[in-house]
Formats: sequence, structure tokens, C-alpha cells
Amino acid sequence: MSTPTEVGMSTPTEVGMSIESDRVSWAVRDRLIVDAVSVAVRPGSTVGLLGPNGSGKSSLLRLLAGLRPTSSGVVRLDGADVSGMSRRDVARRLAVVDQESTTDSDPSVRDVIGLGRLPHRAPWAPESACDRDIARMAAATMRTEHLLDRRYATLSGGERQRVQLARALAQEPTELLLDEPTNHLDVRHQLELLELVRAASATTVMALHDLNLAAAYCDEVVVLRAGRVQVAGPPEIVIRPEMIAEVYGVEAEVEHTPSGLHVRYLRALTGRPEATIEGGRMTR
Amino acid sequence: MAHVGTRPTPVGRPVLTALAPVALAVLVLSVAVATTVGPSDLGARDALAVMLERLGGPDSGLSDLREGIIWELRLPRAVLAAVCGAGLALCGVVLQSLLRNPLADPFVLGVSSGASTGAVLVVLTGVGAGAIGLAGGAFVGAVVAFGLVLLLGFVTGGTTDRVILAGVAATQLFSALTSFIVFTAADAEQTRGVLFWLLGSLSTASWNDVVVCGSVVLLGTAVCWAAAGTLDAFTFGQDAAATLGVSVVKVRLLLLVVTALMTAVIVSTSGAIGFVGLVLPHAARAIVGVRHRLLVPTATVLGAIFLVWVEMGSRVVIAPQELPVGVATALVGVPAFVLIMLRQRRRSA
Repeated sequence: MSTPTEVGMSTPTEVGMSIESDRVSWAVRDRLIVDAVSVAVRPGSTVGLLGPNGSGKSSLLRLLAGLRPTSSGVVRLDGADVSGMSRRDVARRLAVVDQESTTDSDPSVRDVIGLGRLPHRAPWAPESACDRDIARMAAATMRTEHLLDRRYATLSGGERQRVQLARALAQEPTELLLDEPTNHLDVRHQLELLELVRAASATTVMALHDLNLAAAYCDEVVVLRAGRVQVAGPPEIVIRPEMIAEVYGVEAEVEHTPSGLHVRYLRALTGRPEATIEGGRMTR
Repeated sequence: MAHVGTRPTPVGRPVLTALAPVALAVLVLSVAVATTVGPSDLGARDALAVMLERLGGPDSGLSDLREGIIWELRLPRAVLAAVCGAGLALCGVVLQSLLRNPLADPFVLGVSSGASTGAVLVVLTGVGAGAIGLAGGAFVGAVVAFGLVLLLGFVTGGTTDRVILAGVAATQLFSALTSFIVFTAADAEQTRGVLFWLLGSLSTASWNDVVVCGSVVLLGTAVCWAAAGTLDAFTFGQDAAATLGVSVVKVRLLLLVVTALMTAVIVSTSGAIGFVGLVLPHAARAIVGVRHRLLVPTATVLGAIFLVWVEMGSRVVIAPQELPVGVATALVGVPAFVLIMLRQRRRSA
């Protein structure tokens, strides 16, 4: 059963999509985590993946990145099936930033950003002057130039995310996948980070928790619920009190102002147990 | 304070390029010094004379027996120490990066305990003793253990922590088997001989060992160095490596097999020499940083120099007796290891 994408989204068969999933499902044992999700992302746009915890946002991102084999369905990058591409070819055009990236070794920020150049040269080749220039440009774009000689382990959460974004940019991606990039960041750093992401000019798909941030920074949003697309389209159409009540179980007001869309949460809706997935079926 | 985390490491690239020949010179010098140390009264001048003669120089003027002590006993032993030290340190670097575990060492894959079981089986029970000998038995044991670890690791999910857990399980299993065989089959003298080997010893080194170990370690070094960028990609884990263009499953299997093979060959000639593979990679990282293009050669050379000196020390400290070199590396390695842990605690504090 496919849940077709709704308002504003292009149909997956349309040509010229940057990245698209065509009825993609992913199951762990017999538990469906992602259920026939079709999403098509226009080149240059920023798409937000919304939905409560466990709705399949991170899993969908992993499938889009080709990191997990789909149980059924196809992920296409610029029309080509990702599962048929080499990891290196994918890495040369698609970069991923995780919620939180940790390491046991002790790299400098320069080392971390330099990792972004790996897909562009042989594993035994030394870093070229060109690699260094691109890494430095990426660092400058993400305002991390002053951090280059710091140890990654000593950075704050916001700084680490910017460094990871700079690493992603050093890959020179046309597609950027971000998994809750603003997690653990304070308000100012959340805004700053998303400004930088928008300025980066790559086609971006990002999982987001915050509906206000999604409304402010995304061209389109896809709302996932129990692994399926509930609704998709421009944020001002998708983000409505009814959707918030149904998907998040929260009563909210949505205000449309000249400065944009604002969501005010009022209270958690009780007496109506949250929807959960069981054996891939929605139960109440 | 804008630069709280800045510390004056890794040294710059030009400095390191200049240091490479120096490090190699130190290694050659260390081996040369090691050939002058021993119970016989043969000093630096004699050693030099013998080496010159063997390299086509004038006659050393020493008796064949004395020449033999230098050329057939001391020199292969020192060179084998260098080769084993290099190989163990290299395996440590690769496994720590690949398994993302700073405590990983060449023996984490169960290779050394498997080798012990194989060796003990051959020596004490005589199974296949005529055909393969102690080293052969050790090698077969190592390969069997590693095969088991791989199988167990991949059957249970194939993630790095599964591989480590499988290694721990295999280590326990084969240690128990070794103890069982020793208790049921050994007489006192045999036990002593096997124990000496189990603790790591280079005392039986021959040129044949040097050639076998040397070629395997050389090949392994070439493979790992060629995979330097790939190893870097594992900094933030497997998924991150995949998003940086690495075919994780293929590469991990290749590098695990290469390191296991190196370890198996080293262990089967020298016994289980601990702590070199655990400590030296950390020391190398402290000097040149985390990039494997520099880290791999640095750790290799440092490991070689380290084991040459420790092996030399193990022959001197309780002369005329010899300390098993594995005991010596542990005695030096444990304090070094504590220092590393303290350093890491300071960093995370």
C-alpha cells in the first residue's frame, strides 16, 4: 500500500529530480520501519522530514543515502538507482551529517573537514593543494576557519555540527542529508546553523523536530507517521492544528503572520493513546 | 581564551619528511647496537667487522664460531625483533581504527590464543609434530581461531562490537583449551619450554624466520599504507565511512584478514608479545596525529625500534638468564598504558 505524496510534491516518475524514493520500504525482521514512502526532491530545494520520534525519519534518511538496502522500492539519485552505484560515486555527490558524530580518536578540526575530500582521491594519494583549498573554503563557509587547529573533542555541540557541515561541504555535494542537525543546540545556534545550510546551495533533505524551524527554512515538508507519509507539501499548507493534533498528539495554534508561520503548542492531548507501530500495522 | 583545545601536536609535514631518514637511521643503529649485546665477549667492533665481512668486506679475523654468534644468533634476533615490533604496531593501528576501539590490539581477534592452543597441541601431544612443528601448529591454531571469530562476528550481525565480543569469546575458549592440554598432557620440562614460548620469545630467531615474517609484514604494511585514506574514513564510524565512499564490508574484511595473517605469522614465530600493538599506536598518534598516511609508517618504525630495545633489555636485566620478551614488553607497556589512559581522561575532563 503506497501512500502517495500530496500537495506540492512532484510525482516520483517525473524526470529531473535530485533525489527520490519510489515506494521505499525497510523492515527489520518483520517489523516495518519505513512503509512505502515516495518522496521526490526538486534540485536546489530544502525539504524537511517531520514526525514524532520513531516515525522513521532517520531510517528514511539512511535509505536515501544508500546506507541500508531497501526491503522494496528504489532510491534514485538524479535518476540512477543508488543500490547500483558505487559508494564512492554516491559520496562524490551526496553528503550526510548525523545527529551527533563522535570519535574515539583525537582528530583536529582540520583533519575532520579534510575527511570530506576522501571520495575525490585514491585512498593512498596524499592530500593535494586543491583538496586543502576546498577544505579551507568549506571551513570558511561554515564559519569554522578559526577552529581549524582545535581538537574536535574540545568543541561545543554547535561548533561540532558546523564542522561536520563543513566536512560535508568539502565533499562538494549536490545533495545534503541532515539528521536533526539542530539537536542539542541552543536557539541561536539552531538558527545560525539552518541559515548556513540554506546558504550552502545544495539540495537538502533534513529531519527536523521543530515545526517553527521547518516552517522558516524548508520549501516543502514531508510528515511521517509510523513509517508512512501522512502528508507532504509547502509548510504553510501542511502545518495545521489538525495535523499537529493527529500526528504529534498535541493541541496547537498556528498563526500566519507577515514574518512567517508560527506554531504555539498548547497542551498534550490525553485520553487518546499515541499511535504506535506493531508488526508494521498501525494500532490504537 | 579562544583556543582552549589547542595543543602543540602534530608536528608539521616538512619536519616529518626530514625526520623519516632519521627514524630509519635510528632503527638501523638500534639493530646494530643490539648485535653487540650478549653473554659472549663480543663488542661493537667485532659485530661491525662481521657485518662488513658478510657484506663483502675484508675478513673479520674472528673464529667461525664467534662470527656465527653475531651473524646467526644476534643479528637475526635483532632484525626479527624489528620486524615483529613493526608488524604488531601496524596491526594495532589498523585494528584500533577499524574497530573504533582504542583498546583493540593484534590479539583482539583471538589469533594469539588460537596460536597458543595450536602450539601446545603440537608440542605436548605430538599431533602432527613431525609435519608442521611448533610454529606450524601455532599458525594453524591462529588461522582457525580467526576464522571462528569472523564467523561468529558476522553471524551475530557483523558490527565492530560483535567482532570484538567474538574475539573475547574465542580468546577465552582457546586459553581454556591451552590450559586443559597443558594440565593433562605436559611434564614439567615441556611445560617450561612451552610457557617460555607462550610469553613471547625471540631466542630461536633464524634468518628463515626473518625472511618469512619480513615479507609478510612488508606486504601488510604496503596494503595498510595504501588503504590510509580508507582508514581515515572510519574516524566517525562505519556509516560515516560509507558516506565517505568506503565499501565498508569489503574493506573491513580485507584489512581484518591482512592484520590477522600478519599477527598469525608473527605469533607463530615469536609467541604472544603483548602491549606493542596496544601502546605503540597511541604513542605514534601523539607524535603525528590521526591521519593514517603518516600514522602507518610512523607506528611501524616506532614499533620496530621499541621492540629491538626491549628485546635487548630482556637479555640484559637478569643476565645470564633471559626474560621472555613478552614479559619485558608488558613491564614497559603497562606504565605506558596507564599514562595514555590518564592523558585521555584529562582530555575528556
